[in-house]
Amino acid sequence: MTAETATPHAAPNASDRDAVTAREPLLRLDGITKTFPGVVALDDVSLEVRAGEVHALLGENGAGKSTLMKILAGNHTANRGAIHLEGEPVHFDNPMQAKRAGIVLIHQELSLVPEMTVAENIFLGSLPKGILGTVKWRVLFAVADEILKTLGCRFSAKDKVEKLSIANRQMVEIARALVFTPKVVVFDEPTASLTDAEKVVLFEIIRGLMRKGVGIVYISHRMDEIFTLSHRLTVLRDGKVRGTRVTAETTEDDVTRLMIGRSLEGREKRAAGEPGPVALEVRGLSCGSLYRDISFEIRKGEVVGMYGLIGAGRTEIAETLFGLRSPDTGEIRIDDETVEIDAPPDAIARGLALVPESRKEQGLVLGMSCRDNMSMAQLGTVSNGMGFLKPKAEQAIYDTYATMLDLRSPGPQALVVNLSGGNQQKVVIGKWLSTAPEILILDEPTRGIDVGSKSEIHDLIRRLAGTGLAILVISSEMPEIMGVSDRVIALYHGQMAGVFDAATLTEDRLVQAISGL
Amino acid sequence: MTTDTGEVGERRLSLPAWRDIGHGAQRQGILLAFIVFLILFSLFSDRFASWDNASTVFRQVSIIGTIALGVTIVVIGGNLDLSVGSMLSFSTVMVVDLHDKIGPAPAMAITLVATLAIGCVNGILVGFLKLNSLIVTLGMLSAIQGLTLIYSGGQNVDITDQEATWFAFFGRDFVLGIAVPTWIFLGLAVVFHIVLTRTAYGRRVFAVGGNKTAAAFSGIRRARVVFSTYVISSFTVFCAALILGSRVMGSQNNVGQGYELLVLAGVILGGTSLLGGSGSVIKTVIGVLILGFIQNGLLLMGYQYYAQWLVTWVVIILAVWLDVASQRGRLFTTTA
Repeated sequence: MTAETATPHAAPNASDRDAVTAREPLLRLDGITKTFPGVVALDDVSLEVRAGEVHALLGENGAGKSTLMKILAGNHTANRGAIHLEGEPVHFDNPMQAKRAGIVLIHQELSLVPEMTVAENIFLGSLPKGILGTVKWRVLFAVADEILKTLGCRFSAKDKVEKLSIANRQMVEIARALVFTPKVVVFDEPTASLTDAEKVVLFEIIRGLMRKGVGIVYISHRMDEIFTLSHRLTVLRDGKVRGTRVTAETTEDDVTRLMIGRSLEGREKRAAGEPGPVALEVRGLSCGSLYRDISFEIRKGEVVGMYGLIGAGRTEIAETLFGLRSPDTGEIRIDDETVEIDAPPDAIARGLALVPESRKEQGLVLGMSCRDNMSMAQLGTVSNGMGFLKPKAEQAIYDTYATMLDLRSPGPQALVVNLSGGNQQKVVIGKWLSTAPEILILDEPTRGIDVGSKSEIHDLIRRLAGTGLAILVISSEMPEIMGVSDRVIALYHGQMAGVFDAATLTEDRLVQAISGL
Repeated sequence: MTTDTGEVGERRLSLPAWRDIGHGAQRQGILLAFIVFLILFSLFSDRFASWDNASTVFRQVSIIGTIALGVTIVVIGGNLDLSVGSMLSFSTVMVVDLHDKIGPAPAMAITLVATLAIGCVNGILVGFLKLNSLIVTLGMLSAIQGLTLIYSGGQNVDITDQEATWFAFFGRDFVLGIAVPTWIFLGLAVVFHIVLTRTAYGRRVFAVGGNKTAAAFSGIRRARVVFSTYVISSFTVFCAALILGSRVMGSQNNVGQGYELLVLAGVILGGTSLLGGSGSVIKTVIGVLILGFIQNGLLLMGYQYYAQWLVTWVVIILAVWLDVASQRGRLFTTTA
């Protein structure tokens, strides 16, 4: 049991695990192959899940996890291969058939109707009805409350979904799954937007399902969760299974190696270099109740991290710097000169670039090609005096940054909607680097991105700082902030709670600062 | 188990094949439908497939077609313009009325300014105030109808000396054997196509229509882009008013009534998405021509002119259905 000591979190205990591994597989995927035009998304993938087992599924973005789960849930159909549930071959043409058979997918992106009550959402499509076709409201709310109680939820079935937090909405999704008495439940990145306390509740629910003999497929990027929860894990890379392991007998390093085909060495190495003159200076910036009296500076060649809870005002400060929001008071100085930034074009003209928090909503036009997205922030420079575009100039931008960022795309004309999350993020970063900025703001640059792309982006940030860029990184992940920054600004409820030198900063100190202690 | 694998494989074989056809049809479908229509009508009517008839159809669709070019740009930018019909009434009445009072050139100049001003109001409301374009332009539709009646005092207008005026050029003359309205329509189509596909401005329109938030985050001044699309749309209405006024040499107060729907039908039939961010004026030209040839063909076959309304509806539904079906890979869907 040397492996146990290598993993910091206790895996399910040994006797429990042996009991589980001895059972017959509840679900078996055999040789699943799926091709999309020009891409083999899945190549001969096999996977089995036993009753009462948590089987973790890992892989970088684009490795094929989501495609595999969509095939299982009836959203896609495989070109080859078979699915067996309780030993019987099954075939799903649509998600409803899969649900009826007992396979439920809990999505990364929630699919609730916000204007309706919790109960209506739980029973959407199968509302209990009377003889006249009218909804039996009393029955509906009673049954829904019962289900919520078993999940330990503190809200009522009569609450509107729009009033619930993201975590509670996730609970509603789970409640909806339980209506179908599921045999297999797939969780796709369930903790992406949960707090630590909410995670504990979720894990309890998952363990409860486990005890009822439900088979669970758990997709996550977070190693600690996988090592806490799962019995076995399977790693996908480039559409192929790279290995299935008993969790307790493997290590994080081993899993990482399977995922990216090499080991992550020397993570977050700092480039030694003296910071230059002050590039960006912010003095007494305030904006209503969003943030107050923010003052800091970023030197050329320096990476400043901004850390705080969601709602602490981080994104709003970035948006103000970029001209998307106007401050009530305060001063922004660039290269020792007070500047007025009323709109993004002013910011761009001043050498600012913002890689926004949400790449799909704010960063990309999904229906456009990689090339067109990359040149979007500088249409003025890729066109001539008459306003005609210069295709060669656009192609040059694409070639330069696709190479520099190791963008994996079928080509410049490929639509960004078809790329994986990590590659989409590279398109956004390429778009902004191509404007040759002097000050780069990155808001959650690695959210929802696999470990491989993540460390590439961290390396890139350090490299760019080495070339003299002033960089502001906003992140919710402490290791990221601590690893990549030279200095860290802690925010608490819209106010500065301290500026720390990253070299001497401890996690405890930072947690205290952002909690207002 | 092996038989299962085989079965699954077999079932899936048909899908990629249909998909390929679907994708092909998505790009060429509207053109194929167009050709099928032309062939069918040719079989039923001797006169249909003649140079004379074809050039008549081109001339007939030029008014709707010209406006549809402008509306296509509005739609690609993610908005609608339903005010074009009553704007056409306004513009035509004004240019015809002023023709006899102050002469053709000043009449055209004043009408151009007035029409662009309406486009600017639409543009300010939708672009800068960010109001819903459906509501703004629907309101504008009735507001301008009222404005037209106030302007004309409810009287229909006409040009007295129809033979002597050079104003007849826009609607009645031919250049190189092709009608001037056709030149205006196709000429603008070429210009607009180049603007949309080759210029930074065109790229901005697609970006704003595709994702207005991302466009704003990329430093595109989206209010200005939306504003400009409405000005372009009103400019095409002005061009259409010249053709219409010159051809009829007079105008009723409600001459443009219903044009907004015909124009939109042409745009949709061509395949420009009402969601914005995709489409092309070439598609719109084809869409408008289909409408024109259907109308013409039905008339030649002896149907009443209102039969075209029904047929047009059927054709639009078929076009939209095939488009959606080719995207999801099957004709019928079993789930939402």
